[in-house]
Amino acid sequence: MHIKAIPGADPRLTNELGLYADRMSVNIELPSQVSLQKLAPQKSKEKILGPMSLIRDGIDRNSKEIVKYKAAPRFVPAGQSTQMIIGATPESDWQILSLTEGLYQKYRLKRVFFSAYMPVVEDRALPALTTPPPLLREHRLYQADWLLRFYGFSARELLDEAHPDFNPLLDPKCNWAVNHLEQFPVEVNRAPYELLLRVPGIGVKSAKRIRAARRQGRLDFDALKKLGVVLKRAKFFIVCGGKSISPLPMDNPGVIAGAVSERSEHSRLGTLGLGNFQQLSLFGPTKEDNVKCLTGQI
Amino acid sequence: MPYRTDIVYRYDGSYPGFLCCVAECFHDKSLPQGIQPLDEPQATLFTVKVVDTNQELAGRVERSIREKISPQALDMVRRGFLTCMDLKELRLTRFILLGYKHGAGVVEMRLQDDVHLLNKALLYLKNEAHFHVEFIRFADYGNFLAAMITPNNVVLPVIVPHFCQRFNPENFVIYDKTHGMGFRHSAGKSATGEFFFADALELPPPSEEEEKYRRLWQRFYDTIPVQGRINPKLRRGLMPKRYWPNMTEFQRTGFN
Repeated sequence: MHIKAIPGADPRLTNELGLYADRMSVNIELPSQVSLQKLAPQKSKEKILGPMSLIRDGIDRNSKEIVKYKAAPRFVPAGQSTQMIIGATPESDWQILSLTEGLYQKYRLKRVFFSAYMPVVEDRALPALTTPPPLLREHRLYQADWLLRFYGFSARELLDEAHPDFNPLLDPKCNWAVNHLEQFPVEVNRAPYELLLRVPGIGVKSAKRIRAARRQGRLDFDALKKLGVVLKRAKFFIVCGGKSISPLPMDNPGVIAGAVSERSEHSRLGTLGLGNFQQLSLFGPTKEDNVKCLTGQI
Repeated sequence: MPYRTDIVYRYDGSYPGFLCCVAECFHDKSLPQGIQPLDEPQATLFTVKVVDTNQELAGRVERSIREKISPQALDMVRRGFLTCMDLKELRLTRFILLGYKHGAGVVEMRLQDDVHLLNKALLYLKNEAHFHVEFIRFADYGNFLAAMITPNNVVLPVIVPHFCQRFNPENFVIYDKTHGMGFRHSAGKSATGEFFFADALELPPPSEEEEKYRRLWQRFYDTIPVQGRINPKLRRGLMPKRYWPNMTEFQRTGFN
């Protein structure tokens, strides 16, 4: 049973409801105080965060009580969550992700939900009725949310003030990998678990299986395929026993980005005239040319 | 254990029968070329050896697997028999032999061909059973409920406990058209249920009331989506088209 608490609810009610609920949430509604003031002035930041602190403290107290008395009543055993609307107000993805990270750290939430704004009402303060709902943005935020919770990323690694919005062509994990090619290729037989998690195409389950299978012997690409690694993506970022099956050189971010990007999004943006495409040259400077430049040969 | 390349076992298709084939392998100290049910349509050029089913022998094989390998391995073999894996019986036998050789650690040997394929088949079974629990649609025929399913794996034993608990006060029948088997449950304080085998299930025509509820359900299905969030690709992934023929939402007749 998931109970939603209203901002400004009486603490006694919140505490009592917690004993009946599995999960409780207070909707944070909008990603900043300014936006909240503009669109939902009757809900204030304090009225929302107050019950959230209460629930967090109640869960903490309860976890200690259960250790002492086995039959202690459970208070919100499935944890706390929250929800916010994306796209109704002008916050950037970086602001939203940074807020999400803060909420996880401060209130120890189980989940943050993002809801794409669907225009149904005409109002000066709201986006136009013809605005398409930001579904891709919502999708990227959920992908980033998973990276924060399960893959050991921090919000600042994915976005920052200089890059405040997600790449529409690449998911956040691939985007990070392509921008940090110095970390790759990863040797699957020796890399630590935390680094395996950062390879596109290797998820939590695959990384755990690799870690377990490594104990039994060396892994090759055939073994990786059996373990559930998505080689179509991972091949650009890993080596197995020193060998690679990447069809492309693994040092050019533009080339790798092109290979792992989501094709459909690429063509959609192309037709809208919004993709900024780089003409790649077959005769651009290679690594060898760069080296020759440094040694004065060119 | 060496292969004997000129013999094929045939058994009655039942799980105890399969266990007797495993026992036969040990008796002959060799693996046959194939293990097939008696009603296998494809004729074979190899010598056929018919293995009889002996319940007591089957019980001993099960106990031996549980004790010498592990209870988890036995569970995998039992569920593995319900799957539609290619060369199911032979692969399961090889898995059991591997288990006798390596012990309980065999379930962690994911890279071994037989273990890998068995795990894949079990995952398929688990997912298909889960889909069926969500997408099964019962029709009300007055004093009983009836549902039709057409799975690839034999999911009935996996989904039946859920429905016995969920629909405890109801009489219901679930019929698996692909495998010609069904499960019948009668309500009451001492509710009973039993599996049956049948080539076909004939149901009475639906009543007026039932038709009304079907149209209501279809209208509900049409009304609930948020127009801006309709995503046909996601729907196909979460609700595969394979289940649609047996679902009320997709059985539109007339003008609704």
